[in-house]
Amino acid sequence: MLHLPLFLIFGLICVAGAINLLVQRHPINSALSLVVVMASLAAEYLLLGAEFVAAVQVIVYAGAIMVLFVFVIMLLNAGEEEHTKGSRVALLLGVPGIAIGGVLVAWTLLRHSNTAAVQIGALPGPPKEVARLLFHDFLLPFEVTSILILIAIMGAVVLASRPEAIVRRLRRGEPTQQPEKHELAVAGKER
Amino acid sequence: MGNLSNVPLSYYLVLSGILFACGVLGFLIKRNIITVFMSIELMLNGVNLSFVAFAAHWHHLSGQIFVFFVMVVAAAEAAVGLAIIIAVYRTRETLNVDQVNLLKL
Repeated sequence: MLHLPLFLIFGLICVAGAINLLVQRHPINSALSLVVVMASLAAEYLLLGAEFVAAVQVIVYAGAIMVLFVFVIMLLNAGEEEHTKGSRVALLLGVPGIAIGGVLVAWTLLRHSNTAAVQIGALPGPPKEVARLLFHDFLLPFEVTSILILIAIMGAVVLASRPEAIVRRLRRGEPTQQPEKHELAVAGKER
Repeated sequence: MGNLSNVPLSYYLVLSGILFACGVLGFLIKRNIITVFMSIELMLNGVNLSFVAFAAHWHHLSGQIFVFFVMVVAAAEAAVGLAIIIAVYRTRETLNVDQVNLLKL
């Protein structure tokens, strides 16, 4: 009844957010429009009957990952991006290429699609069924992902931590406003 | 369930393709390394949508499980990638991908 209008509304919001991500020059604006894209995608998942995926989309993507992005943007004090010669070439070649490719794909999909339609609500997709599948048939991949997450956490901590030399200077109370580049390189070699 | 409540599968695939194309375009034209990274997330989201649409189409829940795994990998990738961006910014003091063309200083 309401599914097609809802699909169109949220799809339009989604595409508008994605295009806004491309148009905006400041990374924080891009990040916020990416949140809009992810939230409306969660609504699309709900329309498809995937309740668990919709909840995880909001919690993990729109919540955790985007907070991480916004945090890093603010931490690095990222300003507006400047255009260079390479970006102009990419703009001139990329936009028409992507537009042509997208139109071709959409035309093919719409032309060769039969009356096949996604039956809303026909799929038994409550979290209970998903959990049974996840902890039965996909138990080994599920456990492996926990190791992957652990390694990712350790890698992030190691990569983002400061080099030893600067930490030592900080402890001694010496000024560390602008660490010299060669010192950073030396610290990198020490580690 | 009447016929009106059906949304054709191709509509979902077209939406997913548009999102993926926007991600590729952002990857090409953006010069800020964080925005390039966000474009990758956009591509992953487009693929996730087609996974869920096919799962609903074939009445098979495996697609949703794959989306779950893609999200896990995306979270790990975001953590490590943003840490690398912080490290790059600390040594080079720029976020422009055109100026980050060497692996070591």
